[in-house]
This record gives sequence, C-alpha cells and structure tokens, in this order.
Amino acid sequence: MSTTLFDKIWNKHIVEQIDAKQIILYIDKHFIHEVTSPQAFDGLRQRNVKVFNTSRTVGTADHNVPTKNQHLPIQDPLSKKQVNQLSENCKEFGVELFDLHHPNQGIVHVIGPELGMTRPGMTIVCGDSHTSTHGAFGSIAFGIGTSEVEQVLASQCVLQVKPKQMRIKINGQLQRGVSAKDLILYVIAKLGVGGATGHFVEYAGEAIESLSMEGRMTVCNMSIEMGARGGLIAPDQTTFNYLKDKVQPEGIRFDESLTQWKKLTTDESAIFDIEYEFDAADIAPMVTYGTNPGMGIKINEAIPSTSESSNASVDKSLNYMGFNKGKILEGMPIDYVFIGSCTNARIEDLREVAQYIKGKQKAENVEVFVVPGSQLVAKQAKKEGLDKILASAGFELRQAGCSACLGMNEDKIPAGKYCVSTSNRNFEGRQGPGARTILASPLTAAAAAIAGKIVDVRKELN
Amino acid sequence: MSGFTNIQTTAVPLPMEDIDTDQIIPARFLKSTSKLGFGENLFRDWRYNAAHEKIDGFILNNETYKGEILVAGRNFGCGSSREHAAWAIGDYGFKVVISSFFADIFKNNALNNGILPITVDQEVLHRIFTAIEENPKTTFDVSLTHQTLTVEGGKIHITFDIDPFKKECLINGMDTIDYLISKRAVIEKFQQQHIVY
Repeated sequence: MSTTLFDKIWNKHIVEQIDAKQIILYIDKHFIHEVTSPQAFDGLRQRNVKVFNTSRTVGTADHNVPTKNQHLPIQDPLSKKQVNQLSENCKEFGVELFDLHHPNQGIVHVIGPELGMTRPGMTIVCGDSHTSTHGAFGSIAFGIGTSEVEQVLASQCVLQVKPKQMRIKINGQLQRGVSAKDLILYVIAKLGVGGATGHFVEYAGEAIESLSMEGRMTVCNMSIEMGARGGLIAPDQTTFNYLKDKVQPEGIRFDESLTQWKKLTTDESAIFDIEYEFDAADIAPMVTYGTNPGMGIKINEAIPSTSESSNASVDKSLNYMGFNKGKILEGMPIDYVFIGSCTNARIEDLREVAQYIKGKQKAENVEVFVVPGSQLVAKQAKKEGLDKILASAGFELRQAGCSACLGMNEDKIPAGKYCVSTSNRNFEGRQGPGARTILASPLTAAAAAIAGKIVDVRKELN
Repeated sequence: MSGFTNIQTTAVPLPMEDIDTDQIIPARFLKSTSKLGFGENLFRDWRYNAAHEKIDGFILNNETYKGEILVAGRNFGCGSSREHAAWAIGDYGFKVVISSFFADIFKNNALNNGILPITVDQEVLHRIFTAIEENPKTTFDVSLTHQTLTVEGGKIHITFDIDPFKKECLINGMDTIDYLISKRAVIEKFQQQHIVY
C-alpha cells in the first residue's frame, strides 16, 4: 500500500495500539524548557518515578531569560525561580541541560537543529507549539502540553490519535524579495487560522525544495498558526548537506544514516485527506493587519472588507490594531522592529538583514532590536562581522532568547505601539499588553526599520 | 484527578472566534511552577484594564452569567501549547467547554485535566448562544456516559463524540501517566530494537 512520508515515520514509532484510535507513540527526542516542564517534574516526584530514558531529553532556558546582561542574575524573581527550577530538576533527574551560561543555550527550536539533534525520520516533541519547526528535516515534530511532557519523561512515549494528513504544494519559484516567511504567511492567510486543525501537513513543490534548511524551518515553524499538529518536508540533498558535519549518533556512520533517510519520501500514489496547490509567483511580501496570523495580506493590498469570521471578532481585532477596513499598510509609520524568535532568528536571517542594511541607517522614529536564536548564532554573527554592520545601522544586537516574541521576559512592546516583528504570533497582548504586532519577513522588517514605515521591499531592492 | 460526573448547570457565552491561549492566560502569568491559582488570571486582559479595574461588558464580569460551562466561538484554544490555559479554565470553575471546533493541543490538555470539550455543529452553537441570550438561566445537562448535551429540557438535544479511551479516563479519573508507567516493560522492549539514524 502506498504511504506518505508521515505514515512511514509514524508506523516505525508505534509501540502498541490501545484501541481503534489511541496508540502509544515512541518519542526519539524530547526538548524541555523552563515554562512548561516544572509541573511535569513535580508529577514525577509525587509518583516517585525516575525519568525513563534520560538520554532522549535535553533542556534549555529560553522563554524567561533576559537578552541583556545575561552574566548578571535574572532581575524578575519569578523568572529567576523558574529558570533555577529547570536547573534543579535537570540535575535531580539526570537530564542534560544547556542553561543560560552554556555555549549551546538558545531558543529550543533553534538549538535542536544546529546541534544535529534534529534528524530525518525522528519523532520529536516539546512542551511548545512551535516544535513543528523540526519537521523541516523530515521528522514528525509537534507541541504537547505539560501532562504529555510528564508522559514522555515517565515513559518516553505519548498517547496519540493519528492525525489526518494534508499536502500543500507550492509550484514555481518565489520572486526576489519574497522569502519563506512570506510563503507561510500567504498559506496561513489562504487557509485561515484554523484551516489545518486536526491535520499534519507535508509541504512540497519546487518552491519548498528550493528553500534552505533555515527557510524550511520557518515554514514548518508556523504550521501551528493554521492549526496543524505539525508540518514536515521530505529530506533531500539540502537536508543531507546540512547534517553532514553534525554529530552522528553513537555507532552509526553517516552513510548508514543517509541510506535510511533516502527512504523517507511520500509514494507517488499516496493519498492525502486534503491537498492544496499554490503558485509561488502569486506570493508577495506579506504583512498581518489583525490579531491572528491568518489575518495577513500582500504588502500592496488593502485590509479586506469581508471575512469568514464574524463581524464582532473582526471588529474587535481591527479596533485593537487601530485599523479600518480598506486601509493599506504600505507607507504606514511604525515604532518598533523586532528581529528574532524561533521563526526567524537563525544565522541566515541575520545575514539577510545585515546584507540589506549594510551602509544604511535606521530611521529615527524606530527602535530596532535583533535577538539571535542561540549563543551559537550570536557567535557566528560576530565571526562574520554582522554585529558591526547591525551596530553601525543603529540596530541593537542582544543576547539569545525568546525575547519580545511572547511578552514573558523583560522585552516588551509598549501599549499602542506598532511593531513589525519577525515572530510568529500577532495575538492581542502577545508582545506586551496593548502592543500592536505586524508580522513580516526579516527582509520586510529590516526595510521597515530603515524607512521608518512599512515598505514593499521589492521596490527597495531594485 | 477525580472522575467526571454528569452535570446540570447554566453556561457563560463567549461568542468570539479564534480565541487563543494568550487571551485565556497571558504569558506573563506563566511563571508559576505549580498548577494552582491560574483561574485568577483567566482572560486577564479582557477582564481587567491596565489599572487592574474590572472591564464592564466582559462576560465574566457580568453577574447575570454564571455556570460550569463555557460556550465559545469556533477554533477555541488556538495558539500556544500552554496547559496553563486548561488549568486556568478548570481553576476558575468550568468543567465543560462547548465550541464548534477546538485547537488540537488545547483539546488534549483539557481532557488531561478533567475538562470536557464538546464539539457541536456551527448551527447548534448558534442556537445555544441564542438560547442563553434569550434566557441567561438556560440549563444545560451534560451526560458523559450517554455522550449527550441537552439544553433546557430538550430544546436542543445532541450527542457528541469523544474518544473511548479518553472517555474512560475522564469517567474513572484515570491518569494517562500512570497508564504509560504500567506499560514500561513493553516500551523497554520496543526501545531495545529501535534505532535512530
């Protein structure tokens, strides 16, 4: 029988079928962070059980960490307590940890791939919805709640029902100035914020195959923003090249891995529950205008006057953003630019931004901060001299962490201010109470920082 | 976790669509290391203004609407995987959430915390909102055993789906973690022959 890439990985990880629907799914890699794990460790203590397989879990502190003066103690007592709790839990239960002062520390979805821990054919979970990022390598990766974190710690498994499957093909090639972020914002705008709920998505087509690993991670990262359990892309030469120099699992040669990885494809006659096809040439730089990631438009389009959502929901959203139906965002002045998050804080994102802003100056009305996804990204940026380019353009380069993506640490956008952000969510209050988020690509964000307003980066590149 | 029993109660309507977990419980309240006390900050920024005063007009601040059921617009619980959202809803006193569809992770988190998510057709959801609007004291009977939801003695009567395993867990207050711990020998055997490339 023909199977999909998803089926092939899923089937290899079924420990036991409990009933017609529920299975026990084995997890190859479990990432933990300070916010969604403490209650799970407490549960283990109450049950008096140990972590079932310590070699398959790794932790890092990212959500709560400051992005300035990381050498000093964390100021917020509650953040400090949570970060310390992670260290204590990992020590007590024998789990490897990249804490704030470790050279491998960073956003959990940035460090997994860069350390070679994320590999094709794996099952990967984390108490974080953006775990879907790791699907870029051809793995089944999805976010879980804290009860499920405890399931994995206690048994290396989760109870699961097989999701439905969706394929999204993007044919042709993206225009110059249009990136992976625009591609996924376009898809989410087309499908809606709940359009893929209950499904796992395989991304395919020429435009996807042409993306770098970083671009593929950006696409898979935002799968959850249309409700998908996760997204994945079949591994190919781009994937293999990325992994060639990473650490191999003990006792397995790279060519052995490669032989297995090459089998990870969707059969030609495999059937999906639903399929979509889009033309890459139709994708433009995207911006969001509302308070969910599905409320996105092309840079030169007006805010739509009709919507599938109820009037009350749309009105509430536009009111929060201070926008009216019919408004065009191009040319609109902005206050902040945030370049960072698990969506767009990898070295390639920083390179793209640096290349664009080299020799330019940020606009006076805009505050700009760039937050690398990990200590390794920060180190690499310095090595390439990107830090100097950012500094001379007036962009503040900070230290690794989730930063202003989620309004949990010190980095917040003040109420009523507009922020062009490379992160993944524009929910009300996401970047701080009252903050108004406009999601965009790193290139569009960089161009907005220089111009002091929202611009069509394609025009700037000509 | 205590078992889910059948309930008879009134409901609180929240007809907004795509309510995300950042609204249910904003990230700045996720710093606790326990599961308790999140109800206080449920829908924090919709309930209170920056000066911590109650916002008039928000449904949870309206004494007319009470009950153990929250009825919300479609795609409830989208966004972050934070189980704190389910803890906040449970801690506030809701035992059931009704919507025309739920985000996957939220649904699982709710079930893992003894909260029953009931999915109904968009049309039924609309009728439920209308019924509460007409009479805030409208009663709801939820029978998990029979998988039925009955509004005002039969005005609306539907059956709902639930995974049999999850149903059993809810009714018996069974814990999925204990269940998996009981499977450790089988998992160990699987693990020994499983290779990660």
